[in-house]
Amino acid sequence: MSIGWYLAVSAIVFSTGAVGVITRRNPLVVLLCLELMLNGGNLALIAFSRMWGNGDGQILALVVMTVAACEVCIGLGMIVAIHRRRLPVDVDELRELQG
Amino acid sequence: MSATTWGWLVLLFPLLGTLVTAFGFRRLPGRSAGWIGTAAILLAFVAAVGALIALQGHTPAHRELVSSLWDYAVTVGIDARVSILVDPLSVFMILTVTGVSTLIHLYSISYMDRDRGFARYFAYLNFFVFSMLLLVLASNFMLLIVGWAFVGAASYLLISFWYRRTTATRAGIKAFVINVIGDVGLVLGTYFIFKHTHTLEFLGTFKATRAGAFGFGTNEGDLVAGCVLLLVGAFAKSAQIPLHTWLPDAMEGPTPVSSLIHAATMVTAGVYLIARMHPLFERAPAAQDVGAVAGAATLLIAGTIGLAQSDIKRVIAYSTMSQIGYMIMGVSVGAYAAGLFHLMTHAFFKALLFMAAGSIIGAMAGEQSLDRMGGFRRALPFTFGCFLVGGLALSGVPPFSGFFSKDEVLLVTGELGGWHWALYVIGYIGAFLTAIYTFRMIFRAFLGAPVPEARELEGGHPHHAEVPTNPATGEAEDTDVGFPGPTHAIAERALPMRIAMGLLAVGAVGAGLVQIPKLDFVIDDFLRPTFADASHYEPHTRNGILVIGLTLGTLLGLAGIALAYRVWVARPGTAKRLREQVPVGRALYTLFVNKWYFDELNDALIVRPVAAAGRFARDKVEQLFVQDALIGGTTGLVRAGSAAVRAAQNGFVRYYAALLVLGVAGVGFYFLLQT
Repeated sequence: MSIGWYLAVSAIVFSTGAVGVITRRNPLVVLLCLELMLNGGNLALIAFSRMWGNGDGQILALVVMTVAACEVCIGLGMIVAIHRRRLPVDVDELRELQG
Repeated sequence: MSATTWGWLVLLFPLLGTLVTAFGFRRLPGRSAGWIGTAAILLAFVAAVGALIALQGHTPAHRELVSSLWDYAVTVGIDARVSILVDPLSVFMILTVTGVSTLIHLYSISYMDRDRGFARYFAYLNFFVFSMLLLVLASNFMLLIVGWAFVGAASYLLISFWYRRTTATRAGIKAFVINVIGDVGLVLGTYFIFKHTHTLEFLGTFKATRAGAFGFGTNEGDLVAGCVLLLVGAFAKSAQIPLHTWLPDAMEGPTPVSSLIHAATMVTAGVYLIARMHPLFERAPAAQDVGAVAGAATLLIAGTIGLAQSDIKRVIAYSTMSQIGYMIMGVSVGAYAAGLFHLMTHAFFKALLFMAAGSIIGAMAGEQSLDRMGGFRRALPFTFGCFLVGGLALSGVPPFSGFFSKDEVLLVTGELGGWHWALYVIGYIGAFLTAIYTFRMIFRAFLGAPVPEARELEGGHPHHAEVPTNPATGEAEDTDVGFPGPTHAIAERALPMRIAMGLLAVGAVGAGLVQIPKLDFVIDDFLRPTFADASHYEPHTRNGILVIGLTLGTLLGLAGIALAYRVWVARPGTAKRLREQVPVGRALYTLFVNKWYFDELNDALIVRPVAAAGRFARDKVEQLFVQDALIGGTTGLVRAGSAAVRAAQNGFVRYYAALLVLGVAGVGFYFLLQT
C-alpha cells in the first residue's frame, strides 16, 4: 500500500479536527477535536517512519502522545474550574483578553 | 600694604556686610543691621583712602596696578581672570562711591527705622554698593560685565523693595528690562573688541589698540560698532535717551535708594565706562559724536520735562538725567577730567537733594506732589537750608560746586570748536532750565502759605495720614512691608539724617574748590596718569572763552532763579495762566508733562509689536502648528494605528485558531507551488 493512502487518512482526520476546533463552541468538544488533530499528525509520523524504515517517527509520535496527555489534563482541569465558578462553558463567552 | 590689597579690601567689606545682614538677620538685635551695613561701607571708604595713599606713593608712570586673585579661565586666546585694576580713575570712583554711600546708609538708618524690611533693605543696599565697586575696580571685560549685571539686579531688588505696591514691582521690572538691553549691548561690544585684540584685560586691550589691532586709522568699522554697542550699555545704565524711561519710574523705591541710584552708583556707571574706554573711543570719533549728541539731547529734554512735573522726586530724577547728560557729553568729547569732576560734585548735591526731599516727604506723610506742598520754610529749617544749598549747587551758582564742574565740561566742549558750539549752546540752555526747575521746586515746597501739614509740624506734631496711600496711584498702602509707618523720618528729628545731610552740604559747597580754573587742578593732576594718552586732556583755557563761560554760567543760573521767583513767588498763578491761556504754553506744557511721549513711543514702536508677535507665536505657531499639527498629528497617528491592531485582538479563541490554520495553510501552499 503506498504511503499516499495513509497520508490521505491522516489529512482527513486532521482537517476534521481543525474544522471542529474552529466551528464548535463547547470547550469540551474543542479539546476533543484537538486530540483528533494531534492523532492525525501521529498517523502521518508513523506512516513516514515505516516508509523510511527507522524509529525516529515513532519516537516523535510517543512525544506527541505525552504532550496530548498533558494538554488534556490541563484543558479538562480548566473546564472543571470554569464550570465550578459558574462561568458559561462557551469559548466565545470567555473573551476577557480582548484588546 | 600695597594699593591693590586696599582695593581687594574695598570689595571685601561690602560683601561681608551683605552676607552678614542677609543671613544673620534673625539673630541681629534691634536696628544693628543698619549699623553693620553702614560700618561695612565706612570701612570700604577707609580702604579706598588707603588705596589712594598707597597709589600716590608710586611715580605717576607706575600708577596702573593690576592684581589677580585667581585665574578663572586662562587658555590660548582667553585670559579671564578675577582681577582688579587700581589706577587713578578707579580710585577716584571708589572714593566717590563709598564716601557718598556711607552717608546714604547713615541716613537710611533713620529713614527706614520703622520699616519691617529693615535688615533686607540693608542687605540689598550693601550688595548694590558691592556691585558698583566691582564694576569700577574690574580690570577686564568679564568682571566688568559681572559688576554691570549685578548693579542691574540690585537696582531691581531696591526699586521693587516695597513689593506689595504694584507700581513698584512694575517699575522694577521696567528698570531691569531696560538694563538688560544695556547688558546685551555691553556684551556684544566686548565681543567686537575681543575679536581683534584677543585679550579681555583693559590694559592689554588698550595696548593692542595702540599697536594697531584695529588698523592705524580712525573710525575702523568694527571698532566703531564695538564702541557704539558699549554706548548702548552706557545709555541704559546712565538713563540717556532713548533708554531713559526707567529712571523716573525708579522713584518708586525708598527715597535713600533714589539717592543711591542717582548720586553714587548705577547712573554714573555709563560715564565711568566711556572714560575707562577712552583709548578705544578716541579712535572712533563717530562713536564719540553719538555719545556727545545723545548727552546733549538728554540734558535738554530732561530739563524741559523737569519744568512740568509735579512729583518732587520725579523733578529731581529728571534733573539727574539732565546732569548725567552733561557728564556723558563731557567724557564723549574728551573732557574726561571735567566729566568725572562733575560726576563727583553731582554725587554730593544730588544725594543731598534727595535726602532733603525724603525729609519733606516724611513731613507730608508720604505725599510727594508739589501741588500739595508749600510753606515748609519755618517747619523744616534744616531741610530748607540743605535743599537750598543743593539747589544752588545744581543751578551752578558760584561758589557752589556745580558751578565749577558744569562750566568746565562746557568749556572743553566749546574749545573743540566746529559743530561742538551747538553742544555748548545747548549746555547753557540746559543750565538755564536747571535753575528754573530747581527753584520752582524749592519755592513751591518751602515758600508761600504753609499747608496744614507744615502748620502741624510747626506746632510740634508731625502729620499722620489716616489711611496711608500710594502717592502714585492713591490706592491704600500695605503697611506690613513698607512706608509709611506710624512715625515719619524728618531730618529735624533724626540725628543720623542731620549728620549725613550736613556732611553732604559741606561737600556740595566745597567740592568745587578742588578745581578752580587757573588756580588749582587737583582732579586734572590726579587723573592724568590714566588719561596720559588722551588727545586733548590738557585744556588750552583761552582766557576769552573761559571768562565768557564763567560769566554766562553765573548769569544764567541767577536769571533762572529770578525767573522762577517771579513766576512762582512774586506773581503766583503765572504758570497756570501761561499753560491755560497761551496756546504755545499749553502745547509745550502738554509735551513736557507727558515726558515728550517717550513712554508712548516705546510702547508703540517696541512693546506693542513685540506683544503682537508674541500673541501670533502663541496663537498661530504654538497652538495651531506645534500643538495641533505636530503633537496632535503624532498622537492621532499612533491612536489610529493602535485601534487597527487592537481590532484584531477580539478575544475569540476560535477566530485566532482559524487565522492560525489559514496562515499555516497559506505557507504550505506557497511551498507547494514553489516545488
